[in-house]
Amino acid sequence: MPALVGTTALALALALALYGATASIVGVRSGRPRVVESARTAAYSLFGLVVVANLAMLAALLADDFSLRYVATNSSRATPTFFKVLALWSADEGSLLLWNLVLGGYLSAVAFSFRNRRPETFPWALAVMFGVSAFYLLLVLGPTTPFETLAERAIDGRGPLPLLQNHPLMAVHPPFLYLGFIGFTVPFAFAIAALATGRVSDAWVRVTRRWTIFAWVCLTIGLLIGALWSYSVLGWGGYWAWDPVENVALLPWLTGTAFLHSVMVQERRGMLKVWNLSLIVGTFALTVLGTFLTRGSILSSVHTFAQSIVGPLYLAFLTLVLLGGFGLIAWRRDALRGEATFDTPLSRESVFLGNNILLLVLTFTVLVGTIYPLLAEAVTGEKVSVGAPFFNHNAAPVAMLLLFLMGIGPLLPWRAASASAVIRRLLVPAWAAAITGLAVGATGGGTGGVVIFGLAAFVAAAAIAEMARGVQAQRRAHGLGVGRAIAGAVSRNHRLYGGLVVHLGLIVAVVGVSWATISDRSAEVTLAQGELARVEGYELRLDGVSAREEPHRRVVVADLTVFRAGEEVVRLHPSLNLYPASSQPIGTPSIRTGTPFNGMVDLYASLVSVDEDGGASFRFFVNPGIGLLWVGGAVMALGGIVAGWPVGSRSRTAPAALEIAERREHVRA
Amino acid sequence: MVPDGRNNRPRWRSVAVVLAPLLLFALLLASGLGEDPRELPSELEGDPAPAFSLPRFDAEGTVDLEDLRGQVVVVNFWASWCVPCREEHAALAAAWGRYRERGVVLVGVLFEDTVEGALAFRNELGGDWPLVTDPGARAAIAFGVYGIPETFVIAPDGTISAKQVGAIDYAWLTEEIESALRSVEQA
Amino acid sequence: MSGRRGSLLLLGVAFAVVGLAALFASGESERPTTIDDRAHEIASGLRCPVCQNLSVADSPSRLAGEMLDEIETQLRAGRAPEQVRAFFVQRYGEWILLAPTRRGLNLLPWLVPVIGVLAGTAIWASLVRHRVASDGGSATSSERSRIERELRGLEEPG
Repeated sequence: MPALVGTTALALALALALYGATASIVGVRSGRPRVVESARTAAYSLFGLVVVANLAMLAALLADDFSLRYVATNSSRATPTFFKVLALWSADEGSLLLWNLVLGGYLSAVAFSFRNRRPETFPWALAVMFGVSAFYLLLVLGPTTPFETLAERAIDGRGPLPLLQNHPLMAVHPPFLYLGFIGFTVPFAFAIAALATGRVSDAWVRVTRRWTIFAWVCLTIGLLIGALWSYSVLGWGGYWAWDPVENVALLPWLTGTAFLHSVMVQERRGMLKVWNLSLIVGTFALTVLGTFLTRGSILSSVHTFAQSIVGPLYLAFLTLVLLGGFGLIAWRRDALRGEATFDTPLSRESVFLGNNILLLVLTFTVLVGTIYPLLAEAVTGEKVSVGAPFFNHNAAPVAMLLLFLMGIGPLLPWRAASASAVIRRLLVPAWAAAITGLAVGATGGGTGGVVIFGLAAFVAAAAIAEMARGVQAQRRAHGLGVGRAIAGAVSRNHRLYGGLVVHLGLIVAVVGVSWATISDRSAEVTLAQGELARVEGYELRLDGVSAREEPHRRVVVADLTVFRAGEEVVRLHPSLNLYPASSQPIGTPSIRTGTPFNGMVDLYASLVSVDEDGGASFRFFVNPGIGLLWVGGAVMALGGIVAGWPVGSRSRTAPAALEIAERREHVRA
Repeated sequence: MVPDGRNNRPRWRSVAVVLAPLLLFALLLASGLGEDPRELPSELEGDPAPAFSLPRFDAEGTVDLEDLRGQVVVVNFWASWCVPCREEHAALAAAWGRYRERGVVLVGVLFEDTVEGALAFRNELGGDWPLVTDPGARAAIAFGVYGIPETFVIAPDGTISAKQVGAIDYAWLTEEIESALRSVEQA
Repeated sequence: MSGRRGSLLLLGVAFAVVGLAALFASGESERPTTIDDRAHEIASGLRCPVCQNLSVADSPSRLAGEMLDEIETQLRAGRAPEQVRAFFVQRYGEWILLAPTRRGLNLLPWLVPVIGVLAGTAIWASLVRHRVASDGGSATSSERSRIERELRGLEEPG
């Protein structure tokens, strides 16, 4: 029954996608607005149908309907309800169902958002989105269908992969990632629409700005949760392994970040049009590359789903996007001339261009590194690996240069800066950098530590100084108190303050990561029951090992007490979970999170094995600074929300006093 | 549009210039299709087999590869938790039965497993060829094992003449054993 | 406008200094002293054969632990790190190294960031140089929209 409902709903949705694409184009070309309206209705209906398909699968999972292959492979009677729900997107077919749900959601959101006022290119953009939907619906109906039925209904299911039912974070990691990836479809669609119709004004950038920021925020959160999941669940003590699928999720984030900066240049100066169109086509193409590498079984990764025949289909779609998108840009080259040029290298536009270039260098470094094993095998027949040592070595210097630009950018005004203004503004951040660098160097931080913490201080000081300037201007103009001045400044320029908050969040995260990289330590320890050992500056005592049975797994827990200088610090309980369908146990680490009150140090234990006499072997990590990564990431997301917050149309008449005050602050020479 | 004397080059040429590298990129990705990303090419074929001397757990004694020089030795890395090992068990047993009279030795080397589990596996599926443990996985590392089952056929002169990752079938095993036996006659 | 050029020069030099320092920092490594540290360094560069993209040092799997023991044993026996790595490469192939050797085609991924930054700087420099408008006459439509944009920009803060 669910199979029938699900398949029928998806088939109807596919038909609607094809209808919608056709109707949008036909309607706009033949000047029949009602046909275009019917396409909008088709969008809503498509979303509704995909919701139905998802609910059908959900119902099958909750009802233990093992006549469906997907349910039998990914759920079981013993699986807790929470993880039965998560099983909806924990495997290839089901996650594709979720992908279609999010895509349908964006499609109908776009249809709804532009129900009254819309740009001329709207029907074309809608058609592009219908086209993308059609592709993914085709996949979920055909080769990657979750609604395949078994010839004989199974008695019980195998249950989800152990790693995927170990932790509730699985609930939010894919949804946020998908909201991020798929969100970039919206600016892509409007860009293609602009190119296809030749109406390459800047409207497509303005119209899609909030959608792009929303997608960026979701992708940031999704990546952050992925790192958190890797750290809290996988038990190897790290949060980013430069795994191919991690890398392809990072790539659109890098180009998306570049895009968010360079569109500001286009909006203000009318420059970089070809650049921005290429960036958004590239970002969307990278999300498709992501699905291709994850599901096409090209590269080996912790994420890749089972071998399937869809590789060629994904590759065909990717090729279509690349050739179509960049082909259109090349075709429309003439209409895309910039309206201005850079006045001087010493301006915000130039710094943004520099930031874009560096982000692209990072993108290419990670992309080439990830794809290189394919190239090597194609050319030499040999298999090679490109892993963490390569990426850490190559990405770090480029990232540091980026940090430098992050500091300078907010300090330079648009158009041109006078030299003395620049120097004045650089003083405080430069001093902050120098003092921090010296302090780190004096306490033995090494060259890397000096550079990175110095840069972090530079960027943070620059961002705070810029915010302070704006708040000061508000206070001078209106005589407001600090709090109201801040609110006033932010509400007048969401983008700037949101962006500065994002920069600050990134700095916090960078500080956390650098601190951890420089100072983390670990050791592997074997203890008998009751034994005490000194490990990395702490004393560990194994109090005991116990086992308990849960419906879906057997859990073996080691109880550890951690002391420092004789005083008890924390009790950790790392465990090994043995699932019936798997032969190897999955470890769950036990973590004492660092806070400012305990020196920001994570204490992390993961259980490796237990022996018959009640002893245990485990790994103990002392990780300072990791907590800052999560905090920083959250601040980045918050900054993005501030930057994209919808307000009423900006007031065009600024109070004269404020204008003059701000002008003085920014232009003082 | 302002007429611009600069752009004499026809549009399709700039389009082609842009599209060519993208097409190459797509072709590169296509080259990865149909390949198993987890499979490694065989490194040790033709090289001398690493020496080992491992203790038996199905009976007393040790198996020392040096002592077996002059005979064809089939080394099979396995574990009781490994599903393909179950699949290939019949083929191993059949080959063992056929070739033991001719001096071919089959040795099962246990990988990442407990002796209890291994003995239970043997009791369930049978077989009587020597089984050894591999303390510290030193033999596995020496043979470059990364995914069991892995089966190595060692010729009488001590070199590895064939290697298979994944469950073997009877046809492959007998062919490799025959070929190794023939190499004695040719020498 | 020499003041502007001067500050541009200053920033350019700072940029280069940061880049070089970063390069230097990523190249330097703590000279590991004990056998344990040297083994850990080698293990960080080897791929765990039974895991997905984890190094032998990071992997919690049993085989990785045994490989680490093997590395320590060989180091204690007096072998050099290159010989230990070669031992594993001989058995598993180049694949076991987590960073490709800088030889032949393998140079390509290593060169990307270097060439990228150099080429990128050159591209940036050529794009941001001020180009004086050549033709006079009445404003074209693109210039008109530019004028409108500038006027709008004057109304907005920051």
